Amino acid sequence: MKRLRLVVDPIACDGRGVCRDLLPEVVALDDWGFPILPAGPLPPEVVADARRAVSLCPRLALRLVEMTGA
Amino acid sequence: MTLLVPPAPVTPPVGPARLIAPDTGPSLGEHLARLGPLPRPTGDLPAMVTAAGVRGRGGAGFPTGTKLAEVAGAGESKYVVANGTEGEPLSAKDRALLTASPHLVLDGMVAAALAVRAGTAILCVSEGRPDVLAAVRRAVAERRDPVEVVVAAVPDRYVAGQETALVNWLSGGDAVPTSGPRPARRGVRGRPTLVDNVETLAHVGLVARFGAGWFRSLGLPEEPGTALVTVAGGVARPGVYEVPIGYPLGQLLARAGAGPVGALAVGGYFGTWIDPVRGLAAPLSDAGLGPLGARLGAGCLAVLPTDSCALAEVAAVADWFAASSAGQCGPCLFGLADLAAAVRWLLAGRPEGAPAADRWSAMVEGRGGCHLPDGAARWVRSALAVLGQEIEWHRAGGCGRPYRGYLPAPVPGGRA
Repeated sequence: MKRLRLVVDPIACDGRGVCRDLLPEVVALDDWGFPILPAGPLPPEVVADARRAVSLCPRLALRLVEMTGA
Repeated sequence: MTLLVPPAPVTPPVGPARLIAPDTGPSLGEHLARLGPLPRPTGDLPAMVTAAGVRGRGGAGFPTGTKLAEVAGAGESKYVVANGTEGEPLSAKDRALLTASPHLVLDGMVAAALAVRAGTAILCVSEGRPDVLAAVRRAVAERRDPVEVVVAAVPDRYVAGQETALVNWLSGGDAVPTSGPRPARRGVRGRPTLVDNVETLAHVGLVARFGAGWFRSLGLPEEPGTALVTVAGGVARPGVYEVPIGYPLGQLLARAGAGPVGALAVGGYFGTWIDPVRGLAAPLSDAGLGPLGARLGAGCLAVLPTDSCALAEVAAVADWFAASSAGQCGPCLFGLADLAAAVRWLLAGRPEGAPAADRWSAMVEGRGGCHLPDGAARWVRSALAVLGQEIEWHRAGGCGRPYRGYLPAPVPGGRA
């Protein structure tokens, strides 16, 4: 099974918080309202919600990338 | 009958004055008399540079031969960009080099351009350095090169010198960092681009002439060659010194006229505060500085004498970091301002300063589109680690020593 990870383009991100609203279990916000994403792979049960967050990010700043290696 | 007089054989430089020779002027004639012409063809330059062990002198220390080989193997219509913007406020080495030995940098650019089959080589200098721009333009006008050589005056702020910002600006965009592929793949105008620091390219200009064995005859086996090191701060003879890598740090500070050292940062503002006692005994190399949590980086030493308030200097530079944000990334724009405020709290003796500085330095690290927030985080965190006694004094009412402004913290253009 593919191991997927969320990444944010910090230049594009405006801190609108949509990803946090849709993925409260994996996305934290820093003290300034910008998302802190887990470095490791997403639990399989949130991948569908993560795809939704990627497509709904108003700044198109969020991506799902396949993790390579161990 | 015409007598063909062969040029006098040139002896490769002996001793550490390789890049900047104190008795040689910047003209093409003096340059050729000292080093001879650049051989053409230069042979397999990526392999020679790899064998020499040249690593990037802009701060990152990436193996230069590897980058040359990558761009050599990538596409057509390529560019070489020589980064002489020197955004690190404490560093003076690149402008010293460009002023004293502009032709050696240009030779390295031309050799690299021929090796990677780039048609254009662009030398980038900050527009805030008109004297350096004049020196390099004068040098370019003296030469006839087999590739197009262009001088570009780049906006004067730290982030403009980040390689993606340079590439974006040279392609017609703003001088701000971008996300996306590395310049070696997609650089100026979308073409594969070799971006190297000007000191790195000057070393390439020497390796092309005198080979890898000569290059390795100074320095350490694992970190060969010489490096230009800027000694800044409270010393009697601040300036740029060329030393073999591995040179004793304490000996260099003695040459620069340092008195009793209260605090010491290696690598400039993008470097690390280290314990001065251990630092003075360390060799100037990654291997020697690694155990102290530092690297040689772009070769920049910040020296604070015992008569000055080190924490106030740290705070002024933390303010500089905040003012240098391009404002593109939230954690940098807001986080560096808060981080600078936390250092001001430490300076004022407020107990919430230390936990706030810890929290915000961790929170900004790795979260920008360029390395500005990482540099700010390292600057503050390493200061907290070695200035514990100072911080205690400030908690107790002050260290009793004045802020002397040894570390310049110019407010970048366009932001008050």
